[in-house]
Amino acid sequence: MTRDARATPGRRALLEGYQPLKGVPDELIGEDGRPRAAWGDLIAALSAMTPEELAGRHAAADRYLSDAGVFYRQYEQESSTTRDWPMSHMPVLIDRAEWEEIAAALTERADLLEKVMADLYGPGRLVAGGHLPPALVAGNPEWLRPMVGVQPRSGHYLHYVAFDIGRGPGGAWWVLGDRCQAPSGAGFALENRIATARAYSEHYARANVERLAGFFRRFRDALMEMGGAAEGRPEGRVAIMTPGPANAAYFEHAYIARYLGVPLLEGDDMVVRGGQLMVRTVSGLRPISVLWRRLDATWADPLELDERSHIGTPGLVSALRAGGLSMVNALGSGVLETRALLAFLPRISELIDGRPLRMPNIATWWCGGAEERAYVRSHAGRMTVSSALSTRALFDAGETAAETARSEGNFEDWLERQGGALVGQEAVSLSTTPAFEGGRLVPRPMSLRIFLARTKDGWQVMPGGYARIGRESRPAELALQRGGLAADVWVVSKQPVQAETMLPASGDDPLRLQPSALPSRAADNLFWLGRYIERAEMIVRLWRAWHVRLAEQGAADGPLFAALEAHLAARGVSLSAGLDDAVGPVLQSAIGSAAHVRDRFSLDGWLALTDLERTLSEVSAAEPGDGTVRAASTLLRMIAAFSGLVHENMYRFSGWRFLSIGRDLERAHSVARLLADFADPEAPDGALDLAIELGDSTMSHRRRYAAAPTRATVLDLLALDALNPRAVAFQLTEVAEHVSYLPGAERHRQLSPFQRALLHAQAAVQGTTPGALTTERLNASAEEVAQLSTLLAEAYFR
Amino acid sequence: MLYDVTLRIAYNYDSPATGGRHLLRMIPADVPGQRLIAAGLEISPRPSERLERKDFFNNRVTELAFDAPLAKVAFTLRARIERQAQAARLDASPSLPRLAAELAAQPQLTAASPHHFLPPSPRLGAAPKAIAAFAAEAAADAASAGEAVAAVSRALHGHMTFEAGATHVGTTFEEAFEGRRGVCQDYTHIMIAMLRSLGIPAGYVSGFLRTEPPEGQPRLEGADAMHAWVRAWCGAATGWVEIDPTNDMAVGGDHLTVAIGRDYSDVAPVRGAIRLSGAHGSSQAVDVIPVE
Repeated sequence: MTRDARATPGRRALLEGYQPLKGVPDELIGEDGRPRAAWGDLIAALSAMTPEELAGRHAAADRYLSDAGVFYRQYEQESSTTRDWPMSHMPVLIDRAEWEEIAAALTERADLLEKVMADLYGPGRLVAGGHLPPALVAGNPEWLRPMVGVQPRSGHYLHYVAFDIGRGPGGAWWVLGDRCQAPSGAGFALENRIATARAYSEHYARANVERLAGFFRRFRDALMEMGGAAEGRPEGRVAIMTPGPANAAYFEHAYIARYLGVPLLEGDDMVVRGGQLMVRTVSGLRPISVLWRRLDATWADPLELDERSHIGTPGLVSALRAGGLSMVNALGSGVLETRALLAFLPRISELIDGRPLRMPNIATWWCGGAEERAYVRSHAGRMTVSSALSTRALFDAGETAAETARSEGNFEDWLERQGGALVGQEAVSLSTTPAFEGGRLVPRPMSLRIFLARTKDGWQVMPGGYARIGRESRPAELALQRGGLAADVWVVSKQPVQAETMLPASGDDPLRLQPSALPSRAADNLFWLGRYIERAEMIVRLWRAWHVRLAEQGAADGPLFAALEAHLAARGVSLSAGLDDAVGPVLQSAIGSAAHVRDRFSLDGWLALTDLERTLSEVSAAEPGDGTVRAASTLLRMIAAFSGLVHENMYRFSGWRFLSIGRDLERAHSVARLLADFADPEAPDGALDLAIELGDSTMSHRRRYAAAPTRATVLDLLALDALNPRAVAFQLTEVAEHVSYLPGAERHRQLSPFQRALLHAQAAVQGTTPGALTTERLNASAEEVAQLSTLLAEAYFR
Repeated sequence: MLYDVTLRIAYNYDSPATGGRHLLRMIPADVPGQRLIAAGLEISPRPSERLERKDFFNNRVTELAFDAPLAKVAFTLRARIERQAQAARLDASPSLPRLAAELAAQPQLTAASPHHFLPPSPRLGAAPKAIAAFAAEAAADAASAGEAVAAVSRALHGHMTFEAGATHVGTTFEEAFEGRRGVCQDYTHIMIAMLRSLGIPAGYVSGFLRTEPPEGQPRLEGADAMHAWVRAWCGAATGWVEIDPTNDMAVGGDHLTVAIGRDYSDVAPVRGAIRLSGAHGSSQAVDVIPVE
């Protein structure tokens, strides 16, 4: 490949019509009208591809993201939906030398913010000295009084921050916002990178692009060191705290947890005992010494912070006060995101560090000062006026109050009245970068999000990874919620770069993976996932059985139909609704349970589950009789595929055992109930065949008995047979086997209430003959199995 | 004057609740004019953890944790408090515009700083138009911050009718103002919002009133349970002034302070986090007896 590829015809086609906006800097085209040096190789490589090839590569990248389950949650007025990750296929390229200056400037800024934080939660000199208006702190919902005076155990308040920066009209970079609470995006950056590298794999492999993995490895090491790994303290456990699957960035939380190999916990997973944060596991309480929180601080502890929170851990603040926990970042760091702070940081930098900000932030005026207010009023035309205490990223959501006040013509009154509650900010104009639209490159506004992590060697800057691209040429359209795109960012070096992986460099001591006790909530969710899937399967079987008979007989008359309908009704399922109405809620519950354990769940399993949901909605319109039979059979095959994936591919940790116990107990319960109904001596003709069919044991019966089914053969096969995987006895034996591997069972101590009840239920089934298995006895067994579920919850899910 | 105080707060849960953790603000704080001579806080059943500390506003906090499931729990405070009667002070407070200047001249964030008490707080967002207008009208003729505080208390007392049961602990101040009925918590919240809308820093005081009035005086509203009233910052010289809008009176020797904060959420006597599945109930009893 030639460095100067201007002459190639393909390149002319790629850049043809690419016209930067007047007076707006462009990342690709320099002031001289030519592509910047950093872009040369990529443009040359892409120019050598036909439009069809490019489209195929972009589709491959999208497929990767979709297969990897990358999504974000989009909020609409009342509801939220998950959307595919909107990736722009053109990375943003930044020259290494320019990047180094950005990194140096942001490192200084992170250090400055650490000092501001230490002052706001310590001596309070900035306010007392008149450098920061007291109202911005005292009236700030992110300034958390319970945290005042609480020293961070690690010695630092900030460990992981991000900055949004953009390039202004003069070509210089500006900080648009400080993200110091729990910035998201780094996981998406990794996925952007993988997808983009996949699209342009040959080029990426030899391009001098800084790799991202080293950043994560160093930060993981730093977390482990904070947890005491260096001193060999086994209790030094690290965890990530998430608000849960309803959060916009939950995918990323699960992704990073998997990537770093640390547990993902929700507030309810943890308790505080004796001043120590503990995780509730199936092996009892285990200490946590480092918590990387991915939720806003006010929700972290309903006792001392926002009392309405249901996603926090009561006593968390108390644990921090007791000094046994390091928090990334310290609770209360959200105050640094306050928009009005940008108005004071330039002076604070002079005051604290004795130098101006190395990279300026967007010009901001706090309207609580009369002079500043007058300035904003007289320059209103090129100002954005918004809430002074807002901590939202600049482009996340519109500030409508200012627009309303402007349109109603009482802007000046409003400004005067609201004063200290407002800031004016110079209207942002951003540089543009190329994005593909309809196969052509067009200039679109962009900003970078840059991540910094504190390690023992100081702040590490993630070299690229995440840019936001507007869909329109207006800068206000950057927000993903409004249809913006995300793009990879490549830091391009002139020299070859070092390959980085998550693995430690040779010669380093390998980090031992943390011994992982299964959190109780994860066990609970896996258990219920097993139950729901099994329940869905049985409902589909019942449904199919009904329609098979309808197709054979043409009309749903007779006692057998009535018996089936009654059996379904006892499960809360009505035949008058559609198949999707009958199975949908159960499947939804299964997906809900699976969503909570995505960090321990194989991707294929998850996709099989969502496929199942999609198929269910497609088959819901099937005709009664044959059509429904076919639809039900399709669903049964897909359920079997899911079960196979999960049971074949899941490592035999205790999580898998809970999933299996869930399936086994549900199946034992279902089969006992269907035998009670369909093997009853008074059951209508054909009920015994039906029981065998529902128990999926038609073949086994034929092979074992070589005769028409009788009550005795059916009960023998479906209740008592220790070799038939559908039999009640088989299920209970399996449960006993799984339980023997669970924590607590290995000790030679008294049997737990669960184990005792299990033994009792087993004896009632195994120690008997078909003749003694009356309908009453079968119903009693079903009841005993249901009780086992409660006892298991008491033993492990509390 | 010496008082013996008994405060008992009890909860019962239909299905035993696990993982219970509580923050109590029941032991009276040290405030000017009041001395806590002795206090005992009895917890039943015995908690597995108990920690005493002070919060940001220097209130006394008792932190509790219960490992075992709780079917019921009771907190009983017995305290002896010495309270000095407050002599009526001459109003030396500045006009409202001067108050703003005096406030700006005190840029601190210490516990005593008035700056905490002017912005919206967890339970008290900015006063809606009707409430701000009511306050502005009540204080229209006030020459000083002190007069404005008295005038707002008087007007609010006239606007509202004391009625136990008309509101509950989750009623917003807007709803209570609209319904014109409520108890001391509602009076206090509404008045704080009004004073803040006038630019006067104002906070919430939880405490007690003596149960039986002195001979020949009427029984005050709010003596059967914990009481609440308002503290307002009236300038650098005057400092904090306390006023009881439920009874429209200056706070005197019969008001005993437990805790101060921006609104109820800062001073709630019991804040609990407990995993519940069934219904629960609670009760509160207060006795405040002068010691002869």
